[in-house]
Amino acid sequence: MVETPTVRRTGKAVPPDQLKPKFIIDKLNLWFTDAHILKDVTFNIPEKHVTAIMGPSGCGKSTLLRTLNRMHDLNPDCKITGSVKLRGTEIFNPEVDINDLRKDVGMVFQRPNPFPKSIFENVAYGMRIHGERAHKVVEQRVEEALRDANLWNEVKDKLHQSAFELSGGQQQRLCIARALAIKPDVILLDEPASALDPISTSRLEELIEELEGRYTVVIVTHNLQQAARVSQYTAFLMLGELVEFGITDEIFTAPSDERTENYLRGIFG
Amino acid sequence: MFGLCGLSVVVVFGMLLLIIVFIVIEGAGVISWDFLTEMPRDGMTAGGIMPALVGTLLLAVGAIIFALPLGVLAAIYLNEYSREGKLRRWIRMGINSLAGVPSVVFGLFGLALFVNLLDFGMSLLAGSLTLGLLVLPIIIRATEEALKTIPMSFREASLAMGATRWQTTIKVVLPAALGQILTGVILAIGRAAGETAPILFTAAVFYMRVLRVGLMEQVMALPYHIYALMTEGIHPEEQEAMAYGTALVLMVLVLLINGVAIWMRIRSRKIKKW
Ligand SMILES: Nc1ncnc2c1ncn2[C@@H]1O[C@H](COP(=O)(O)OP(=O)(O)OP(=O)(O)O)[C@@H](O)[C@H]1O
Ligand SMILES: [Mg+2]
Repeated sequence: MVETPTVRRTGKAVPPDQLKPKFIIDKLNLWFTDAHILKDVTFNIPEKHVTAIMGPSGCGKSTLLRTLNRMHDLNPDCKITGSVKLRGTEIFNPEVDINDLRKDVGMVFQRPNPFPKSIFENVAYGMRIHGERAHKVVEQRVEEALRDANLWNEVKDKLHQSAFELSGGQQQRLCIARALAIKPDVILLDEPASALDPISTSRLEELIEELEGRYTVVIVTHNLQQAARVSQYTAFLMLGELVEFGITDEIFTAPSDERTENYLRGIFG
Repeated sequence: MFGLCGLSVVVVFGMLLLIIVFIVIEGAGVISWDFLTEMPRDGMTAGGIMPALVGTLLLAVGAIIFALPLGVLAAIYLNEYSREGKLRRWIRMGINSLAGVPSVVFGLFGLALFVNLLDFGMSLLAGSLTLGLLVLPIIIRATEEALKTIPMSFREASLAMGATRWQTTIKVVLPAALGQILTGVILAIGRAAGETAPILFTAAVFYMRVLRVGLMEQVMALPYHIYALMTEGIHPEEQEAMAYGTALVLMVLVLLINGVAIWMRIRSRKIKKW
């Protein structure tokens, strides 16, 4: 048996197929030119829970995540088949407005990437591009988003300073605030803590736990402890195939697939 | 090898210094406040160069007003919208060739298109447009270089929030690139101020008794004034002194403009933190 990291959350998780799905991913295949990166990936991402995507480097985790808000549209070498439904609507459907989709499905990147603007303007950016003009509303939502991202107390006195003056961990929480400010349903996080020190990482993890129940969160991570701490469900990818998907605790304690077990053992053994 | 390289540097700087010293020695004698602010008098042997100074500034500013939006939009198209491919390579090659066209050819083209075909006549407008064409490649390249230094991650962050490409360009990419773009623009102003050939047939006059400023008016210009002083008129000696004085003013003007560009480049490097 694989030794597992401590699981902080209590309470028994419900199997994912008994939950309302946010994304229904069906036979998703993806190629970059000729390289077949995602192979027949099929699973449902449950609504208002935290789902982790795990797997060895290069297995396609980021690629899968970026499919969910159609970031691959920018890449002419990328070809996708299969289906991804968000709340029942096919996201690849040409009638879907990609900007509306991305408004609903926010994303936070691996490296903190605030804009070269003030802290306030960073968080206000999304509202402004989506047409919010009223200063009162913007101000209020900026504060709300910064509070939700556990950053308000640290920045409330310097909202108009450059975002680059924040530490890496603060910048990453700012990026989360920026994503939250446009009130998305889903937040995609691609190894959000990989550039952060341990203290910033644990603050970020606390934040992600707090988002559970209000947002659908999908987080890519290399770190098993992190997945165990923040997620209820885990999808395990290998070489572009979905090896396993289920309740995080169960996957870690009793993986049903040999490959998962070997991977976990490789990391802990 | 090192010695040879060192020597080349000394020669280059020596020449630069020599030019500056030479022009200063020859030209400083006629420089005075009146020289900068008065009309030329007595067959260009007395008075000042005010209309030429004004004309050069107007031409340079006019060229930028025309070339800046066009050049920046073209660079945005190339860098933010077009995809790598044949079309983009062709456009780039065209722009590079445009940069290599001798300036007198621009002059002839300006004469044919702006002066004659569009019937602007010899005028500030025709001259500015011609100079604008000349500096267009400089502006496009400077803008493209500037846009390239903006990290992809800024664009991704913006697009991932549901911004359109245009919103991303206008609200994130351009503001971040502005310092560097302006540096290129200022260099282009310096270039436009120093050119003679493009305005030869399109805008410049030898001599005006009273200053007239207007889009459809002809203008005097510093580089052309030097040419006029050295080739026309009947008092070669007095005129030559005036020519060196004019050259000194032009040189200081262009060096000042370039100085501002260098200062801005240093400043934008200091501010930038990504
Ligand atoms: N834009 C691209 N063009 C071509 N190939 C790509 C592109 N992006 C990723 N790949 C390839 O797709 C595969 C999966 O990459 P991806 O970034 O999804 O892996 P990952 O699981 O996120 O890895 P890591 O844990 O190292 O971040 C890799 O082999 C990578 O080389
Ligand atoms: Mg990745």
